[in-house]
Amino acid sequence: MINFEDLTIKRLHEGYKKDEFTCTEVIKQTFARIKKLEPQIKAFITLTEKQALEKAQEVDKRINSGKELRALEGVPYSAKDVFCTKGVQSTGGSGILEGFIPPYNATAIRKVEEVGAILIGKNNCDPFGFGSSTENSYYQVTRNPWNTEYVPGGSSGGSAAAVSANMGIFSLGEDTGGSIRQPACFCSVSGLKVTYGLVSRFGVMSYGSSLDTIGAFAGTVEDLSVVLNVIAGKDEDDATTSEQPRINYLLNLKENLPKLKIGLPKEYFTEDVDPEIIKAVKKAASDLTKQGHTVSEVSLPYTKYAIAAYYLSGISEVSANLARYDGIRFGYSDQSGQDINSVYLNSRGKRFEDEAKRRIMVGTYALSSGYYDAYYQKAQQVRTLLKQDFERKFQEYDLLIAPVSPVLPFKVGENMDDPLKMWLVDAFTVTINPSGIPSLAIPCGFSDSNLPIGMQIIGPMNSEKLLLQLANQYQSITDWHLRKPRIK
Amino acid sequence: MSYKKITKNEVKHIADLAWIGLSDEEIIRFESQLSSILEYVDHLNELDTKNIKPTFQVTGLKNVWQEDFVKPSLTQSEALQNAPMQKDGYFKVKKVR
Repeated sequence: MINFEDLTIKRLHEGYKKDEFTCTEVIKQTFARIKKLEPQIKAFITLTEKQALEKAQEVDKRINSGKELRALEGVPYSAKDVFCTKGVQSTGGSGILEGFIPPYNATAIRKVEEVGAILIGKNNCDPFGFGSSTENSYYQVTRNPWNTEYVPGGSSGGSAAAVSANMGIFSLGEDTGGSIRQPACFCSVSGLKVTYGLVSRFGVMSYGSSLDTIGAFAGTVEDLSVVLNVIAGKDEDDATTSEQPRINYLLNLKENLPKLKIGLPKEYFTEDVDPEIIKAVKKAASDLTKQGHTVSEVSLPYTKYAIAAYYLSGISEVSANLARYDGIRFGYSDQSGQDINSVYLNSRGKRFEDEAKRRIMVGTYALSSGYYDAYYQKAQQVRTLLKQDFERKFQEYDLLIAPVSPVLPFKVGENMDDPLKMWLVDAFTVTINPSGIPSLAIPCGFSDSNLPIGMQIIGPMNSEKLLLQLANQYQSITDWHLRKPRIK
Repeated sequence: MSYKKITKNEVKHIADLAWIGLSDEEIIRFESQLSSILEYVDHLNELDTKNIKPTFQVTGLKNVWQEDFVKPSLTQSEALQNAPMQKDGYFKVKKVR
């Protein structure tokens, strides 16, 4: 039997090279594990066992013929259901795309598959990324592997839960306001939100186009570096990707890390934050001072305005992006009415979830004549202030460290009756996206009730190399990321 | 601008603009939910932003050009494979009001 709990990309590749197991065995046992755990976790909307086994045979042939292993050769992975996967249902977690089979792959999917990764399934998520608990999904509620009475976070909750329960080695996710970092934190895995424009968004269902970023979940920062090496880079199909010097994030992990100046923004350590979270993140910061880094308190005075500015920006873009779901070209179509207007109204009315409707409607309102200046324009101006807040701090400090979430994972159903309260759960992650900067969430402790706690390492534009290096150093002196949920 | 409670008629109007058919029960529910959201975001007005330039995007990129040449694209049948109604290689729709 393969020990999935210790399986990393490096370990898997050693096994392939030493002929300890074949790729076919890995994929078969991965699906055996999924069949055992999935009824409790519900991390997947669609499983792709048949295609995965076919790919595994090709990989085994390559390995047997002595070919060198590609970066993700024979690595089982999953993807949030907002990624278009050719020939495999991609719903975005919404009922309006039930049964939608994309005729093409998202760029990130294409890139990981070109270097041998094997898709095992598509992960449950809040529709189009709208949510913080995965409870808004049209299909099912995903459970937290650490305690199945609790949510896995959201919106990429299925991805985080799958990696946490060792169903696949990594998962591709999407972060508009915390959708990678918050579920990574709730499920105790590592999750990277990249600099806006570093990874192509092509083929990923849009939420807020100026905020959306494509990233990944993995058990270790080292594995995240391998995945980032593959998915980063300019893409002709996404004009917002930027030309950046090619960096080998994995090789860089081994480089000597300079002594860093790290700031702890005090607005993320207030009395509204769970004291156990503050204690764990401060302990992590003091562990880092023992590595020679200096840590001091800083202030980001505009933080409290970030939620409102983020949501107004995001949902304004939502109202435009979700206009494409019209019941004409793809997705759910209600044909009960007499004319084309009734197709629009009924298809969208029946299959958009409440949270999608709320966001489209508030976004429509914020962009509508007479309100544009007061809401959308205002939010974009506040966005400038938020961005300057960070830019000023990064003139003095290399990186910032903060809690990922002000609250511990909460119980299924606990926040569902109050949509605004659910929005406020994202208080510490939505602050990042309006500025485009990267942030890496890693595990840094557990509560007395054995629920995961995470911290985020935040850096200036295109500082992924430094974020991964510091996080890797932290993971070399701590074992939080190696702890696994006891799920049978 | 100070916060203004949203009315049932406004909910109906926004839903029409956004092409979302709502039931009467939904209109009542969204009336209070959308109002509390607008009430929350109103605190942005504490900030004086008169001379602040808006940030619409963060890449700093401008005018991204590429060569104009024909690339392989989806076939007609691939493009139509998810269409609920089609005819003679076209998307088919109900009559326009």
